[in-house]
Amino acid sequence: MSRLLQALFGRLPIGWLQLTHNRMRFAAALAGVAFANVLVFVQLGIMTSMGVATLRPYEFFQADIMISAGDANSLTDGDNVARQWLLQAMADPDVTDGMGLFVANVPWNRGDKDITFSTFGVDPAKPGFIGADIAGELPLLRVQDAAILDRLARGLAKDEAAAIRPQTPLAFEAQGRTVVAYATFAGGGGFGGDGYMMVSDQTFLSLFPARRSAAPDHILLDLRRGADVQAVVARLRTLISDPSLRIRSYADAAQEDLKYQQTKRPTGIIFGFGVLIGVLVGLVIVYQVLSTDVADHLREYATFKAMGYGSGFFLGVVLEEALVLGVMGFVPGLIVGTTILTVMGKVTTLPLGMSVSMAVIVFIGTVVFSALSGMIATRRLAAADPADLF
Amino acid sequence: MERQSIIAAKGLNHWFGTGEARKQALFDVDLTLKRGSFTVLMGPSGSGKTTVLTLIGCLRAVQDGSVRLLDQELNGASQAQLVALRRRLGFIFQAHNLHESLTATQNVVMGVQVHRGVSDATAHLAAIHALGLVGLSDRVGYLPANLSGGQKQRVAVARALVGNPALVLADEPTAALDKDSAAEVVDLLKRMGAARGTTTLLVTHDNRILDRADRILTLEDGRIVKVEDRG
Repeated sequence: MSRLLQALFGRLPIGWLQLTHNRMRFAAALAGVAFANVLVFVQLGIMTSMGVATLRPYEFFQADIMISAGDANSLTDGDNVARQWLLQAMADPDVTDGMGLFVANVPWNRGDKDITFSTFGVDPAKPGFIGADIAGELPLLRVQDAAILDRLARGLAKDEAAAIRPQTPLAFEAQGRTVVAYATFAGGGGFGGDGYMMVSDQTFLSLFPARRSAAPDHILLDLRRGADVQAVVARLRTLISDPSLRIRSYADAAQEDLKYQQTKRPTGIIFGFGVLIGVLVGLVIVYQVLSTDVADHLREYATFKAMGYGSGFFLGVVLEEALVLGVMGFVPGLIVGTTILTVMGKVTTLPLGMSVSMAVIVFIGTVVFSALSGMIATRRLAAADPADLF
Repeated sequence: MERQSIIAAKGLNHWFGTGEARKQALFDVDLTLKRGSFTVLMGPSGSGKTTVLTLIGCLRAVQDGSVRLLDQELNGASQAQLVALRRRLGFIFQAHNLHESLTATQNVVMGVQVHRGVSDATAHLAAIHALGLVGLSDRVGYLPANLSGGQKQRVAVARALVGNPALVLADEPTAALDKDSAAEVVDLLKRMGAARGTTTLLVTHDNRILDRADRILTLEDGRIVKVEDRG
């Protein structure tokens, strides 16, 4: 290591030698940097998984345009939309098909533990609106009270979920009815519910007698191949006379939901702050270590100054120390961070885990902020006056 | 001006503090050091010895008067010029001021590396050689913590001399040493100075050193009161 740094800097790696001279302090400093890294990793991991979990349900469906109520920020909230607007939208020459989408939570009371399914009611005759991995099972939903269950749902045992087949369905009671699951799909628990469930619109309406077929939660539209989605959106806005409705391309709806979750909802803001605090903790730790180190070596630095070393040399030494701390603290931070995220993902069934891009971003951030701390710490160097040595 | 002089100070005045607290530390000091000479600067504490040393050592800006060091005027010299000049000097301090994290060799290497364009291998060899000259061949890989006081000061001497400085400035280098170590360090300075043609200016209280000096200057209350040539 010493030789590598010597070759890298073209001089004695004073910073490295100085840092490693006091093993205990060096270990504590690395632990501090690693801790800050873990903090950032966990917060970023949760934030990322929140994004993945938010976008996940949008992947269950295929559409070009979605019409929702004005207060619908995600697939699972907001008012109903009158079905008449679906018929109205069909009047546009580019709109080829449409489907009402019903959404509600269905709790499955299992005695010891409830599983809450975010349940989608869809038209089993329209597989074109359903994601490719679910569409094949769609005909099963033609049976009254049939369901396709999320096999990744929180609280659903793996072997229990694996056993669900059309020959060996799983029946359970929900909303005072017996729901029978004939197949499963890979949904994945989100931050809202424990998992997802697909039923037909007819089954949905019998589960929720207060709901009307004339008022789905969202309207999904398919367009003629090659149609300009934004142009159709603009036309629909004039065609549909209710200005409170949100008429958006399906992709925009998903992105706006993500943005809403990350910037408007408290969870997103909290984890954003968590990242900021992790960065600040790292900054303070590295600054503290380096400025103490500079203060402890003022005499040596003053001696070097007397010998004719210039300020660039000292900046180099402190930056070298900052880089050593940043790079060497990152490694244990990455290991611990990956472990924590993996374990948390297992326990919560959230899509948590380390990604290469996250590791790279945090590594670059660590090095940059360590260097920044180092530069702040060099201000103390001004106190090293060689004239005081005599 | 004498071509042989390394240092020529004329009419040197220096003040510390500002306003009411302003106090004059040096009064009209004239001082000339010949190349290769070994000069001792004596005087009670507070007499201005250290001020003279820091002015000559380019560690303080000259306020009034003229100091020519190695044919360069220090009065009005830029910071960069002063730093460049310092690289041609060797400093030995009362404390050894070795870097605790660096081995004896690495400490001495710092004295070579200040001159740019010296390869690592060359610097290393020069450091080992210098340590050999001060009798520490068997201690090259030691950290300062594992060296005795006298050995540490000898490493400091090696560090000051390894860059072949034109002038060595030493501030009470023997103050922290016992009698034998002190004699050893001064003999070393004197012998190596003579061998390399280095000029030495040594500030001391220590009477044991006087008989080795070519010239003894006595400073009192900021004035040179006695010049004794022994050469």
